Amino acid sequence: MTDETARMENTSRVEVGDAPAPREFGPVTTSMFVQYSGASGDLNPVHYDHGFATKAGYPSVFAQGMLLAALLSTFATDWLGPDQVRRFSVRFLDQLWPGDTLTCRGVVTHVAEGPEGRSATITLAGERPDGTVAISATAEFLLRE
Amino acid sequence: MSENSASGQGESWEVPIERGKIREFAAAMQSSHPAYQGAGAVVPPTFLVTGRQWAPDGVALAHGFDRSRLLHGGQEFVFYGPPPHAGDLLYASERIAERYEKQGKKGGTMRFLVIVTDFRDADGDVVAESRSTLIERAASA
Repeated sequence: MTDETARMENTSRVEVGDAPAPREFGPVTTSMFVQYSGASGDLNPVHYDHGFATKAGYPSVFAQGMLLAALLSTFATDWLGPDQVRRFSVRFLDQLWPGDTLTCRGVVTHVAEGPEGRSATITLAGERPDGTVAISATAEFLLRE
Repeated sequence: MSENSASGQGESWEVPIERGKIREFAAAMQSSHPAYQGAGAVVPPTFLVTGRQWAPDGVALAHGFDRSRLLHGGQEFVFYGPPPHAGDLLYASERIAERYEKQGKKGGTMRFLVIVTDFRDADGDVVAESRSTLIERAASA
């Protein structure tokens, strides 16, 4: 895990247990939620309209689950390559609030031969500053030979 | 957007994959990866959520859930080969794959819905699939 460039060019040596250095995103802001709303087309006001969010019973606006998924995917594709993804599956477990950071971790849990070649199954998690897992994911990436 | 709630299978609509949209999405996901830039940019893993922005009125399926009680439980993307690239033209259609209910922890009924969006190429082959699990929290007593 010391040579980032070499790993970007060749992931054929990826093995079970491999884990990149964790990456911290944020602190997240309402502006980031608005930016993601526009990019994704998800205009649910609970993510940027404080009055709407509090009326719905939340203490404030909070990040879209899909924004957390997107941040986790940034971490994953920096590691194993955007063209290599074949499956990306997330579960939303808890909210991320303005001012929170999201720390992303990942580990290879399985490597197998598939129809396109060797592929890695990874598990991913995004944690709040208090250690609560806000989002978890499993994904499959084809490994580059 | 008016939506079709009558049927469990929606009509298909065109989804052009555009480099500008990919660049905008990459910025929102805080990624500086060069593969998300330029004429042949690849779509990020969760990018296909943007496909609904191309849906004409009445085509996207309505979830029918109360927005103030709506939660997104999970989301899965499957790619049957390399992910789409800028310049590709896909055809999306939605279908309701599952519907179920559970008792809420504090009483009331939680409703679940799994909506699958199939993305096909010009030959009609499914190249990617997006599965969305939506939850409507129980109404407060």
